[in-house]
Amino acid sequence: MSSRNLMRVSHLTKYFGDTPVLNDVSLEVAAGEVKGIIGPSGAGKSTLIRCLNGLEPIDSGRIWLEDTELTAARANLDRLRSRIGFVFQDFNLFTHLSVADNIRLGLRRVRRLGRDEADHIVHRELARVGLESKWQQYPAELSGGQQQRVSIARALAMEPELMLFDEPTSALDPESVGGVLRVMRSLVAEGMTMIIVSHEMAFIEAVANDVLFMAEGRVVEEGSAEQIFQHPQQRRTRQFIDGIAAALIGEASEEGGGA
Amino acid sequence: MIYQTIRENIPYLAEGAAITLALALALLAIGLLVGVTLGLMQRYGGMAVRLLATLIERLLRAIPAVVLLFLFYYGISTFYDISSFAAASLALGLRSAAYQSQIVRGALASVPSGQMAAARAIGLTRLAAIRHVVLPQALRQAIGPWTNEALSELKDTSLAYTIGVVELMRQANYIVSASYGHTLAVYSAAALVYLLLSLAATRALARLDHRLRVPGLVH
Ligand SMILES: Nc1ncnc2c1ncn2[C@@H]1O[C@H](COP(=O)(O)OP(=O)(O)O)[C@@H](O)[C@H]1O
Ligand SMILES: [Mg+2]
Repeated sequence: MSSRNLMRVSHLTKYFGDTPVLNDVSLEVAAGEVKGIIGPSGAGKSTLIRCLNGLEPIDSGRIWLEDTELTAARANLDRLRSRIGFVFQDFNLFTHLSVADNIRLGLRRVRRLGRDEADHIVHRELARVGLESKWQQYPAELSGGQQQRVSIARALAMEPELMLFDEPTSALDPESVGGVLRVMRSLVAEGMTMIIVSHEMAFIEAVANDVLFMAEGRVVEEGSAEQIFQHPQQRRTRQFIDGIAAALIGEASEEGGGA
Repeated sequence: MIYQTIRENIPYLAEGAAITLALALALLAIGLLVGVTLGLMQRYGGMAVRLLATLIERLLRAIPAVVLLFLFYYGISTFYDISSFAAASLALGLRSAAYQSQIVRGALASVPSGQMAAARAIGLTRLAAIRHVVLPQALRQAIGPWTNEALSELKDTSLAYTIGVVELMRQANYIVSASYGHTLAVYSAAALVYLLLSLAATRALARLDHRLRVPGLVH
């Protein structure tokens, strides 16, 4: 892994009204790095990751993608966003467009590719997420897991330098989660730089080089996956990790009792 | 005798119906263009733009249709030789725009915010996101309420008779004054033609709605 920083965030602060939602958040993402973000609901994870591609305005702090500052007054945000892939919790496929047209839109209107080149990429990216046969379908005809894989293909088609994932499996049935995680694993294997907000702790532990634990709008602890999951230094982190472990054990024994 | 009067005058009724239909199409087209613009201004404009659009909308809705017709025909005639058909298309079209803008604004608001976010996330400009993602979805949503507006305007084309457009209602009047005593029959025939036009319009729009239906999506 190169140590070149692809993204740098410094002293980010954001309020919704009078409530601080992000409080002095700083982080760096090296090219090829996979960064996991975990934390309780309401910690500000979604808000943070939406700030990283300028979907949410910030109150103070600075964000750079390589040498370009996103938070500069004259930043070309549209241009910058096309370099960053974003995967939403609830997919947000364009409901009126077929699978192929969902992917084609950015290729034609943002990357300004010709029809043939765009079609070539549409099929390449659909093959990458294992849905080549679905190109003519509409989003409402697909399962949640399939929709999420299409939305990943839509983001990848822009050939982004960085991929952001905001709880990509939280809205899925348990049986659809695996397919999406498999696609994300293949991206990790290809060396894609990724920031992943997720409650899939085992997945984060397996793929992340570095993990941020957030609570109440702050980064409470940052460290290797091993540190955060096995030897958390902060009491707050430990509570969260233990709480999740307890919940998982509870779930397992419930299932055992029901069977 | 009555039947003969009606039968003899069918060509005139048909001519009137054709003008009525043309006027309805023209005014609805103007109304759609201006209505979508006003709706977009109200949904996406800054403070001043929103205020302006709302002001225009309120104004057009507050003025009685007949006053608008007279304003556009006799008013514009004082400095430009406008045809009564054009004046009626403009007057009724702009009034329809006010109603259509409300339909469009509601339909735009019904598109989930995630659609705009996803469009921006792939790098589309705000305008491109509106044009390619939000507006097409909104317009599909709008077909239902728009059908009601279209039918209501189809009937209101009869008001254009007041500034001398020779549409269905005026043709009926001509026929009545030329044929003594068949008032009821002639106006009934005109009413029947309006009914047929309405039915045809409803059918055409239902077919459009069906054709534009997105597979798998329940409306
Ligand atoms: N658009 C918004 N307006 C006001 N408050 C918001 C908005 N979005 C999120 N919040 C609040 O900000 C906090 C952080 O939310 P979020 O970033 O969604 O947390 P997480 O993704 O970690 O669950 C929460 O308290 C939430 O209620
Ligand atoms: Mg969230």
